[in-house]
Amino acid sequence: MDVSEVAVVAGGVAAIGWVNWYFFLAERRKAAVAAKVGATGVQQAVIRVEGGYSPARVRLRAGQPARLVFDRREDSSCSEEVVIPDLGIRRFLPAHQRTGVDLPAQRAGTYEFTCGMGMLRGSLVVEEE
Amino acid sequence: MEARTKTARRADAPDTADTATPAQLGPARLTLQVSGMTCAACQARVQKALSSAPGVIDANVNLMTAEASIAYDPRAASADALLERVRSTGYGATLPLAGGDALAEQDEARIREFRELRGKALVALAAGAIAMVASMPLMAAHAHLGLGAAADPFMRWSMRVLDPPLARALPWLYAIPQRAISYGLLVLTTAVMAWAGRHFYTRAWAAFRHHSADMNTLVAVGTGAAYLLSVIATLAPGFFVARGVPPDVYYEAVVLIIALILVGNTLEARAKRETSAALRGLMQLQPRTARVVRGGAEVDVPVEQVEHGDTVVVRPGERIPVDGEVLSGASAVDESMLTGEPLPVEKGAGDRVIGATVNGTGAFRYRATAVGAESVLARIVKLMREAQGSRAPIQKLADRISGIFVPVVLSIAIATFVVWFVAADAAPAVRAFAAAVAVLVIACPCAMGLAVPTAVMVATGKGAELGVLIKGGEALERAHAIDTIVLDKTGTITEGKPAVVDVVLPEPAVVQEDRLLALVGAVERSSEHPLAAAIAAHAADAGAPALEVTRFASVTGRGARGEVLGRKVSVGNEAFLAGEGVDTAPFAEAAAALAAEGRTAVYAAVDGALAGLLAVADPIRPTSREAIARFRRMGLDVVMLTGDTRRSAEAVARAAGVPRVVAGVLPEGKLEEVERLQAAGKVVAMVGDGINDAPALARAEVGIAMGSGTDIAVEASDVTLMRADLRAVADAVALSRRTMRIMRQNLFWAFVYNVVGIPIAAGALYPALGLQLSPILASAAMAMSSVSVVTNSLRLRRFRGA
Repeated sequence: MDVSEVAVVAGGVAAIGWVNWYFFLAERRKAAVAAKVGATGVQQAVIRVEGGYSPARVRLRAGQPARLVFDRREDSSCSEEVVIPDLGIRRFLPAHQRTGVDLPAQRAGTYEFTCGMGMLRGSLVVEEE
Repeated sequence: MEARTKTARRADAPDTADTATPAQLGPARLTLQVSGMTCAACQARVQKALSSAPGVIDANVNLMTAEASIAYDPRAASADALLERVRSTGYGATLPLAGGDALAEQDEARIREFRELRGKALVALAAGAIAMVASMPLMAAHAHLGLGAAADPFMRWSMRVLDPPLARALPWLYAIPQRAISYGLLVLTTAVMAWAGRHFYTRAWAAFRHHSADMNTLVAVGTGAAYLLSVIATLAPGFFVARGVPPDVYYEAVVLIIALILVGNTLEARAKRETSAALRGLMQLQPRTARVVRGGAEVDVPVEQVEHGDTVVVRPGERIPVDGEVLSGASAVDESMLTGEPLPVEKGAGDRVIGATVNGTGAFRYRATAVGAESVLARIVKLMREAQGSRAPIQKLADRISGIFVPVVLSIAIATFVVWFVAADAAPAVRAFAAAVAVLVIACPCAMGLAVPTAVMVATGKGAELGVLIKGGEALERAHAIDTIVLDKTGTITEGKPAVVDVVLPEPAVVQEDRLLALVGAVERSSEHPLAAAIAAHAADAGAPALEVTRFASVTGRGARGEVLGRKVSVGNEAFLAGEGVDTAPFAEAAAALAAEGRTAVYAAVDGALAGLLAVADPIRPTSREAIARFRRMGLDVVMLTGDTRRSAEAVARAAGVPRVVAGVLPEGKLEEVERLQAAGKVVAMVGDGINDAPALARAEVGIAMGSGTDIAVEASDVTLMRADLRAVADAVALSRRTMRIMRQNLFWAFVYNVVGIPIAAGALYPALGLQLSPILASAAMAMSSVSVVTNSLRLRRFRGA
């Protein structure tokens, strides 16, 4: 093995390590962002949709209806739908618009939401007060 | 958990149609969608045209939302007239679909996406062809250096087949200095990446910032690396030459990869749109206007403004606008689009009609009973949207893989580069690089993501077309595994309504049959017993005149008597007639035979003489026997449950072809029976009417409620049939089995494709066969894999029932 080969092997191992660190480990479970109670008394959270959901974890209070506002800032067809499988919701999100999704009161638990193809993911953490 | 939600689509969206005015004479409101307005002057023109139209009270045109809200007098203007008015100004106008605008918008977005992708794909393909031709002289120039291109079958083929004729046809191309060609390709490639391929890079970057990676990441990294390398080789070839690496460029690969993936995305966008075709078809069934009676006159109003209790007028051949109950007139209605029932259904006064079905040759008036979101069509659409939003459990596997897929592929690509660099016998850098790029662009997470949802979409849509509403992916998946079908007898196998099936007269006859029916019918019309109702209905159906009855008396549960045309008529069971002093002995044999067939014998006497025996039974639906035979052909055990005695239950079972009967079951016993079968290891589908068997439906693996076409949201059921026809159950099971097969095929091929494709791209076949895939071939394979998955799901559209 000459110098260049050693360099390539070392670089490759480092690159693989970095890829796996960046995509699997770097984003440790971020704290969930709590929904705010608006003027109407309904808890509401705005979720930005652009290559993913931010915040990707939203905290809701159990036993109260909630409103999620998806602010889709792209036209990638990947994110054109949001799905909350446990609640039987599939909603189309028009590009560059805010789309409100009203949820009935839920029991405590974690409910996942994803894009239409299940590639982008987020979750609703419903907690008792 | 309560899964029902009410949703405002957009926080700031105006109501498409204000709730209509309650008074019959008040103004009607309407919102039109106006297209083609680009400026304030356009808006003013439309506004002026509408305001000056006859009957318009107020009109308001909004340029931003492209909508016109109009208040008008329904007697002086109609929705059609207003549409015409706008169109006469040169702009387009349409009525918004009731509740369908979200779908329409999604549809529009899909069409837009398709067109945009198609345009980009075509331009990129053209650019790719030019880049390919222009690269030939460059490759020919490098060929004598003994580089790695020969290992790739596509490149080998193109060098051997394309290069010599090209050199003859375009000798001037080979005369252009290589540096000039390289710079030209650099410009072309940059333009293609910046325009046609732009979204791959912006989306990959957006995902990267979220620590996630998708298909765009793979395309962006693959083409980006090839591009960067080519740019350096073009601008500073000395950098490579000094290190003993030929200054190769990969422009044609970059452009062709982008072009081929765009072609795949284009086909995929079109196919994905097809998956919701059934739902779209249902929504388009909704007529936009209805003719209602307001203030004594017939006026056309938008269907959103039809109110509960309005009288609606339907002419021959028209689509029925909303649900209701016929007041006057008669016709046959084609309900096949909602219930799957192929034959037109006769409708007369008092019958229910369903909005969106098509009237035949008669005309009638009816009272609107369910409008807007309450209507059968709206509820079917809602149920279907919920079903299509649900997940099939089988998808969990695909979800787990796609979650880690892209980073794993990135790792494999890096490893591929390292291995090739260290192990290659010649031109290690070039081959290592080509192999790594091929790995990146052949990997296809999309095929796995699409495998299950597209099949669920198509299958639920297909089910609705057949009159079978499936609640979601889970129900769809569970239904394929059932091995036992439990059928409730009354109302499921049978009509659920007793009817006269036979009339026996003594020898010699006391009165003729039609006379007997007229006399008996007169007495039974006054009685409230269900058997009496069946006899009265039979008499009326047979055309017996409605005679008057005097001195009527009934003994609950036994019989009734009265005087008709001066003759004493008694109708009832054996004991009742005996009490009347009538000798029933002559019919003893006939009555025993009826009982053996599960029928009820009703005796009739005229002036104290035994005059006839009427056999009353709950008739087996004409379709049940065939359906049960289908179940057995499909390998399903069939069990009938009934509260009847064993003897009459067995008679019905024999007639319907059911091999196993559980008789004497109380309503709450149905649940126990289902549980007993489950305890014995059976996977049970329970079919019932959803009313008194709800617990059993809920307990069974699949609960199937047989609806009447009007009650569709049976809570306890997983599947609701829109028509009372057991053959639809066979359709549901067959559809589920077929869908599961398609889903498994999809997952299998998506999985195998990646498992086989990635190693080949990495060069696994090279040591043995000397074969290596070019990045261009790899990208073509990737584009085809997701298209093939969606196309496979679309095969379910050809399903034609069991």
